[in-house]
Amino acid sequence: MSTHPKLARRARLRWDARDEKWMILYPERGLVLNASAAEIVKLCDGTRSLEQIAETLAASSGAPLERVSGDVRALVARLEEKRLLE
Amino acid sequence: MSAPRPYTLIAEISYRCPLHCVYCSNPTSYRDHAREIETADWLRILDEAAELGVVQTHFTGGEPLARADLEALVERAHALGLYTNLVTSGVPLERARLERLAARGLDHVQLSFQGPDAQSSIDFAALDAFDRKLAVAGYVRELDLPLTVNVVLHRGNIDAVAEIVALAERLGADRLELANVQWHGFAFENRAALVPSIESLERAREIAAAAQARLRGRMDVLFVKPDWFSPTPRACMDGWARRFVQVLPDGTVVPCHAATTITSLSFERATSERSLGDIWETSPAMNAFRGDAWMPEPCRSCDRKEVDFGGCRCQAFALLGDAALTDPACTKSPRHEVVVASRAPEARRFLFRGRS
Repeated sequence: MSTHPKLARRARLRWDARDEKWMILYPERGLVLNASAAEIVKLCDGTRSLEQIAETLAASSGAPLERVSGDVRALVARLEEKRLLE
Repeated sequence: MSAPRPYTLIAEISYRCPLHCVYCSNPTSYRDHAREIETADWLRILDEAAELGVVQTHFTGGEPLARADLEALVERAHALGLYTNLVTSGVPLERARLERLAARGLDHVQLSFQGPDAQSSIDFAALDAFDRKLAVAGYVRELDLPLTVNVVLHRGNIDAVAEIVALAERLGADRLELANVQWHGFAFENRAALVPSIESLERAREIAAAAQARLRGRMDVLFVKPDWFSPTPRACMDGWARRFVQVLPDGTVVPCHAATTITSLSFERATSERSLGDIWETSPAMNAFRGDAWMPEPCRSCDRKEVDFGGCRCQAFALLGDAALTDPACTKSPRHEVVVASRAPEARRFLFRGRS
């Protein structure tokens, strides 16, 4: 797993005004994100570590760090499998 | 019923093409729609597509590079937030032009090959284009754009799948589409010469599956289902006029690239008076096969009707003369024997696109 995940060059994060959701667009495909996944992806800019992403989100949402950390790792793993992070 | 949201616009901006592919899925009557609308028309169609909910656009054809305004169209699509794909033969494409397209927001290039070597281009596209395609793949990678290598598989190249995978790896492809030929347009005319043997197909499927596993995390390998050899039909276009909206070179709005072969339907052209959205939502041809009210049995009570949507309407029309019948590729079709009979290969005798 990447230590400082970043959205892959081939992927683009986009706000979909019509359904009011974030989506990732990539070659001939798209993936609609729920609100919490979108918050994670927005922090995947290559400068933050997985821990920093989790800490930032835990601080802003008030959710327990352990749970947020698990969510971050699970999503990053899923997106890496689709090669949407590098 | 309310119309579903299309996510992808397939902009077939020109039917002109320097290749003569024997498996081309353009209708053999493509010249009927070959008159090309103006740049301003395409810009308006892109705006209307974005308004309709489209988020991806494929610039394709024919050969989309044939239009000098491709740069302007890519620029507009990008400004609208659309993910832009160029679906091309790579002929003719200079590095400077690809640089211009990339600078205007092109996101991805899908480059076709006829097989793993120069002879395959000569044999199946009647053009010695292989080296030019290799050069274009190089430009795509140098400009750091993701590259999809697309190869239509048929009897003439299906035994070379391992070599095709190796080619895609060598080119640094992001994706490899191994698309078993679909029986539209010139491919339908040439079906007896293009249909593979079941042994070759099985071997190709195994090689593709092994490549998928080996290349996981580096390159996606897609093996597009050969519906003539499957027990169930393919979910053609993800359902009629459901997720894809397509516009032909003359502005005609269709649910798929082959739909004009269904001569029992009349498709409308997008104009400044009749918008893409109006046509998508209200045109009788668009609504002809949405939902399940049109379905005959065995489709209507089939538990797969939400999975494959009754298969391909163009195939039903081409093989049975009625677009509202169950796709004969399905083993449940009462006319499935038509497809079974079509599986026997015959000696090669091709009709080349653009040479008739």
